[in-house]
Amino acid sequence: MSRLKRQPPWSRQIGRVLLALVAISFLVLFLLLPLAVVFVEALRQGLHVYLSSIGQHEALAAIRLTLLVAAISVPLNVVFGVAAAWLMARFEFRGKALLGAFIDLPFSVSPVISGLVYVLLFGAQGWFGSWLGAHDIKIIFAVPGLVLATIFITLPFVARELIPLMQSQGSDEEEAARVLGAGGWQMFFRVTLPNIRWALLYGVLLCNARAMGEFGAVSVVSGHIRGLTTTMPLEVEMRYNEYDYVGAFAIATLLALLALLTLAIKTLLEWRYSDEIAAHAPGGH
Amino acid sequence: MRRRILPGFGLSLGYALAYLGLIVLLPLAALAWKASGIGIGGMLHLLSSPRTLAALRLSFAGAMLAAVINAGFGLLVAWVLVRYRFPGRRLFDALVDLPFALPTAVAGIALTALYAPNGWLGRWLTSWGIQIAYAPPGVILAMVFVGFPFVVRTLQPVLASLDRDVEEAAESLGASHLQTFFRVILPVLVPTLLTGFALALARAVGEYGSVIFIAGNIPMRSEIAPLLIVEKLEEFDYAGAAALGMVMLLASFILLILISRLQRWSGRWAEQLQ
Repeated sequence: MSRLKRQPPWSRQIGRVLLALVAISFLVLFLLLPLAVVFVEALRQGLHVYLSSIGQHEALAAIRLTLLVAAISVPLNVVFGVAAAWLMARFEFRGKALLGAFIDLPFSVSPVISGLVYVLLFGAQGWFGSWLGAHDIKIIFAVPGLVLATIFITLPFVARELIPLMQSQGSDEEEAARVLGAGGWQMFFRVTLPNIRWALLYGVLLCNARAMGEFGAVSVVSGHIRGLTTTMPLEVEMRYNEYDYVGAFAIATLLALLALLTLAIKTLLEWRYSDEIAAHAPGGH
Repeated sequence: MRRRILPGFGLSLGYALAYLGLIVLLPLAALAWKASGIGIGGMLHLLSSPRTLAALRLSFAGAMLAAVINAGFGLLVAWVLVRYRFPGRRLFDALVDLPFALPTAVAGIALTALYAPNGWLGRWLTSWGIQIAYAPPGVILAMVFVGFPFVVRTLQPVLASLDRDVEEAAESLGASHLQTFFRVILPVLVPTLLTGFALALARAVGEYGSVIFIAGNIPMRSEIAPLLIVEKLEEFDYAGAAALGMVMLLASFILLILISRLQRWSGRWAEQLQ
């Protein structure tokens, strides 16, 4: 009867090879080619032009600003992520589901809206605008605005990485430490932290990549003041809009290298410590 | 019981609430407050503007289409990565996350360099009469790019844990491969596929950086809603920007709630099949 319908093995093999070829061509065309184009376009006029383009004063200022913004926002979100994960994975309380939803909220908000909300708070016409103006404090179109928008965008990364892991690990070891007389911080540094270190590193890695690469949110609060409030992604945009394509792609290569480095470390962590990282939920970026 | 043994409940709760309050809730409250400032009349005026409607339609319909494309290709790529063994598989697997790691501005200018009329691929496509950059297809292409990893990454663990006995049973009972796929495998995957779809959709609706370079931003044609918010801000129309932002937020939440409904329903359906 229907057994006759079974395909012979050779057609099955051809089917598999075709399917794999379609998938691989999609990955190459869709992911590898855009990556390649960045480097080729940057080096179009030779290595010398490329290097001098990166060495320009505004480029160096943008690199410094990007590092500064990440150096402030990532540690703040690490502290929050650990505290939130401790709370969510170790205690039951009313409103827990709601709190979890609020932690994830920045992932489902458009980056432009993430910047906009701070303009509405601290901009000239915002809630605190006149007070800030009277006291000569600048948040919007200045570095604090860039930091705030970046914190908002990258807030969920560490918490999201830690919560499922700590939930699956359970609290037996921590309870044992407490019963044996460890103080709260002693338990945290000797038991909790070593148990979550690789997941924490993983979260920091993703958080940092997003913090350095964020464009939409910082573009709204930046004001695009060259050398003062332009991070690397914003410098890419400004150069591109000024038709300095080689210059735009030159900065873009640095960001692409950061992305490749992030992917390499991430993959390494997944291979070596997959048990200690937990099932990685794809971080919405 | 745990609460008594483990310390830090009050500290972590207080800290998390204060941090979330300052960073997320207070700013969003400012958005809602500023948006309500324009009143019902102002909202109707905003929503009846053809340019606003065109931008919202492009952002939402484009994101839907991009998420559908991602569901298809994501399923294919996840299937090949999980089921087949070929040289370079792990490299390709790691590469799937590239759109997560690559800053959106970089993705934007790279895609534009590829698909612009004088670009690497664009010059061929133009000679066949296909325009991608500076037109709606460019917007959708960028949306597919940023949403691509979501479907693959949500599907992979589920595909890896599928019980192959069921497939073998189906085939030994005479089902063809296509029948096995559509009747046995796909129904189980639908809830997960919807999760990936929802994530890719949410990402694409709000996407800005990778889209604005390739879109060309022609009003009524290839202008996305987030860009319209930025333009309103640049004209110091704070209330209009806030209102449009609020509309986008509410619309995406409604969409995500509908998808999670659909997901629950398809989950029950998948259980019934087994």
